Amino acid sequence: MSAHTTAAGHDDGHVHHHYTTTGLDNRKIAIWAFIGSECMLFASLIATYLIYKGRSIVGPFPHTEYVNEAGQIFKPILDIPVTSASTFVLLMSSLFMVLALQAVQIKHLPLPDGAGWWTRAQRSSQLWLFMTASFGAIFLMFQAYEFTAFVHEGLTVKTNLFGSTFFTLTGFHGAHVTAGVLWLTSLLWIDRTRGLGPQDELIVDIAALYWHFVDVIWIVIFTLVYLIQ
Amino acid sequence: MASIAAPTTAAYASGENENTGIWSWITTVDHKRIGTLYLWTALFFFLVGGFEAVLIRTQLMRPNMGFVSAETYNQLFTMHGTTMVFLAIMPLSAAFFNYLIPLQIGARDVAFPRLNAFSYWVYLLGGIFITLPILFKLAPNGGWFGYAPLTTNRFSPGPNIDFWVLGLQILGISSLAAAFNFITTIINMRAPGMSLMRMPMFTWMSFVVQFLVVLAFPPITIALFFLLMDRFFGTTFYAIAAGADPLLWQHLFWVFGHPEVYILILPAFGLVSEVLPTFSKKPLFGYNVMVYSGIMIGFLGFGVWAHHMFAVGMGAVADSIFSLMTMLIGIPTGVKIFNWIATMWSGEIRFTVPMKFAIALIALFTIGGISGVMHSSPPADLQQTDTYFVVAHFHYVLFGGSIRGIFAGISFYYPKMTGRHLDESLGNWHFWLNFIGMNLTFFPMHFSGLLGMSRRIYTYDAGQGWDLFNMMATWGTYLLVVATAIFVWNFVRSRTRGAIAGNDPWGGATLEWSIPSPPPEYNFAQIPEVTSRYPLWDLKAPEKTAGIDHSHADAMTITDAHAVPVHEETERHTAKELGIPMPYPTVKPLVVAFSMVVMFCGLLFLRNGMFAVAMTITIGGGAAMVAGLYSWLTAPLE
Amino acid sequence: MTGDPSVAHDTKHAHAHPSGATYLKVAAILTIITVVEVWAYYIPALVASPLFNPSLIILSAAKFLIVVLFYMHLKYDHKLFKVLFTGPLIIAGATIVALLFLFHQLKISF
Ligand code: HEM
Ligand SMILES: [Cu+2]
Repeated sequence: MSAHTTAAGHDDGHVHHHYTTTGLDNRKIAIWAFIGSECMLFASLIATYLIYKGRSIVGPFPHTEYVNEAGQIFKPILDIPVTSASTFVLLMSSLFMVLALQAVQIKHLPLPDGAGWWTRAQRSSQLWLFMTASFGAIFLMFQAYEFTAFVHEGLTVKTNLFGSTFFTLTGFHGAHVTAGVLWLTSLLWIDRTRGLGPQDELIVDIAALYWHFVDVIWIVIFTLVYLIQ
Repeated sequence: MASIAAPTTAAYASGENENTGIWSWITTVDHKRIGTLYLWTALFFFLVGGFEAVLIRTQLMRPNMGFVSAETYNQLFTMHGTTMVFLAIMPLSAAFFNYLIPLQIGARDVAFPRLNAFSYWVYLLGGIFITLPILFKLAPNGGWFGYAPLTTNRFSPGPNIDFWVLGLQILGISSLAAAFNFITTIINMRAPGMSLMRMPMFTWMSFVVQFLVVLAFPPITIALFFLLMDRFFGTTFYAIAAGADPLLWQHLFWVFGHPEVYILILPAFGLVSEVLPTFSKKPLFGYNVMVYSGIMIGFLGFGVWAHHMFAVGMGAVADSIFSLMTMLIGIPTGVKIFNWIATMWSGEIRFTVPMKFAIALIALFTIGGISGVMHSSPPADLQQTDTYFVVAHFHYVLFGGSIRGIFAGISFYYPKMTGRHLDESLGNWHFWLNFIGMNLTFFPMHFSGLLGMSRRIYTYDAGQGWDLFNMMATWGTYLLVVATAIFVWNFVRSRTRGAIAGNDPWGGATLEWSIPSPPPEYNFAQIPEVTSRYPLWDLKAPEKTAGIDHSHADAMTITDAHAVPVHEETERHTAKELGIPMPYPTVKPLVVAFSMVVMFCGLLFLRNGMFAVAMTITIGGGAAMVAGLYSWLTAPLE
Repeated sequence: MTGDPSVAHDTKHAHAHPSGATYLKVAAILTIITVVEVWAYYIPALVASPLFNPSLIILSAAKFLIVVLFYMHLKYDHKLFKVLFTGPLIIAGATIVALLFLFHQLKISF
């Protein structure tokens, strides 16, 4: 590891002036190590889901119809249109997140003459943080709707292997989204009270890394759980 | 002989000039104090686990003994394994991570001092949580591996397993938090010039271990979470009637379990890699190879887990692959053994107590390694699995290896931590009685195992050829009790009576020996600029290190570190006098840890259908945790 | 806040992160891939093909990669972070595949 990177580190003045070996901030290294660990966490959940795929003895099933002994019919339970919409919402929240980070980085630059609304908007970290957090919240509402609908259609965590693994996997992801929304809301709060500037790039950056990672996990879940049969 | 001390050192050894009230320990964020807390707590749990072992061995002394009941026996062997793995050996290693890593890399603290305190408190509270039930005969009783479906409600309806599931979940959080902290510390807090390939071997092995923790604990977290869901919310992860696979738990557990055994041994390897060069007065033989083999062990460690499952019928292909991988992993392990021997070869060996423990590790670990390679072959393993042969194997690697490495480390670093030596002759008594006791206890188990004695049985009939071996093992255990008592006496007594140790009592080579013992709160008054692997030998015995790299290349680009050439620091100041900013003491990590444990405790009430109570406690604890976290994160560090 | 919009800041970040236009392009690509995936799901002929699952997995891997490289700016960041992420990712992926073989959800047919 070289020490030559000091100059590229986040030495934007007054924050902490501690010397570090790589010139990088401790917190950023820690969040990447944390994300590495999360890979293994979700790998275990996803592996279990796939191991039990197609092994449920009774329905409802994700992609196929199920008729029980009483002749009751259970439609394939996954609602692809609704989940596609929520997937899109989460993807967009990732876009807003990068825009929020960018806003924090450039908001102190003077506006060029005749700047349009988009150039102006690009410098509003409050706007993008708010959008990111709200889209995260919307995603959670979709999930709440989906879970309730499933329960009404007769699928709970107890029903079968699919129910247990599905709710646990997507629930774990939902819990991560919830934590992210709280985190982003806290950042928004700080932004409103004291204003986030370039010197705060790092704290926005690590929240963003977490948020994108949660999005990336959903990309995998959407394909493996919803689309593949 | 040593009770007359130089006044200044004695004052520090007895803590006069520092703030030592109980509150200062509760709020400490100093890595050395946290290391000390880990050490004392883990030694306490080591005694608890040892006591459980004594009860187990007493029950097995003769055929058909009625010393404890079958149920009590189950609780004892479960808690013995759980305690030794999670509450004794891992935290003993953590004691050294905390104490040594910053000193060895030339840092003033870890990357996240408050997170470090949090890890300790979670460990302490989690340890209490999982240990208390045994006093009410409600301890976990499903083995340290907790195989589901045996541990599901259907077969384990009592609250016993609940304590285990929740307790391990809590302890996992402690290990994970510590791992992120040490990864960051080692990557980012090294003194100028301390390139990765100049790090002391203990720091290197600890570095590898942190990655093992970060990657191995998530699978068991998930496996435990499934079990928790099955037990409390009626999910079907381990419900065979619903089509669940009885091997799911085993796989997830061993995906964690095998890396875990390296988590237990690599720190000990690191410790003896410090001890052997010092007492052979020679640089470590094949430093680079030692590093790479450590990384190899860590990496391959993720590809061998199913060697714990040869008997479940995975099929010929899977058996062969895992067998091959297991044999492969023996290679980097063997490399280490040869390198240690080569380090001692033609060295000026001093047979001090730490050196004896280190050499004994090489011998005894090798025996355990060989039996390990024996059961890496599935046909052989089918004879050995679930017998006392496996018990012999893992006690040779764990007691012969890990524990011996830790004792080498304790006797080596005690002078650094306390400013005083352990008593050498008591140390020798401890060493020899421990060595004999250990072999008397575990060597006979190879035989009883091959003669068919199963693990985990609470008693057995006479006339199967096992009687003598069991008798020997039990008497060996009693010998170990005597040895341990001597150690404890020595450990406690030497704090005030031991001979005064200077900065560098052993002639060590690395940075921790360049500062006073015990180190001042700021560690290094001036951060040293490192130019080789053996900075202190460069200073004191340059002829020893003439052959190694001394380039300044990457050390010189740093301008803002205020580093000075490696030097010995003999004076003692306070951080304030030197103008070194230190983190504020704070109780917040403890508050957050405590609320988190309360949150987990709430779940215990689900068992009796006390849903409202459970949710109140859990949500209350969770809310307190979040609030504590906010107040922690918004308070400045220093 | 610095109140000193120095040029130094500007050039530094220009190299450290992609521009706003890149972010929008990436979002567009991600959306298109998602639309293609969902579209394919509704074409029975495609679903029946043995290539359906592998293609979907490749598409989702592509999305994964794009987000990590651009939105998590791993492409532009210190190589240490690449190591910290790729190492665990490889072990995680290998563990999933190994487990699927062990539980016969994946099979090698000769
Ligand atoms: C030379 C390297 C090693 C090899 C080849 C090896 C191999 C094995 C094998 C094949 C088993 C399964 C035996 C069975 O259950 O039938 C086993 C069990 C075990 N090994 Fe090792 N081992 C090695 C080193 C270690 C080390 C370093 C440790 C810990 C420090 C360790 C701890 C254990 C434990 C705790 C078990 C038993 C777990 C249980 O069933 O409860 N091994 N080993
Ligand atoms: Cu193993």
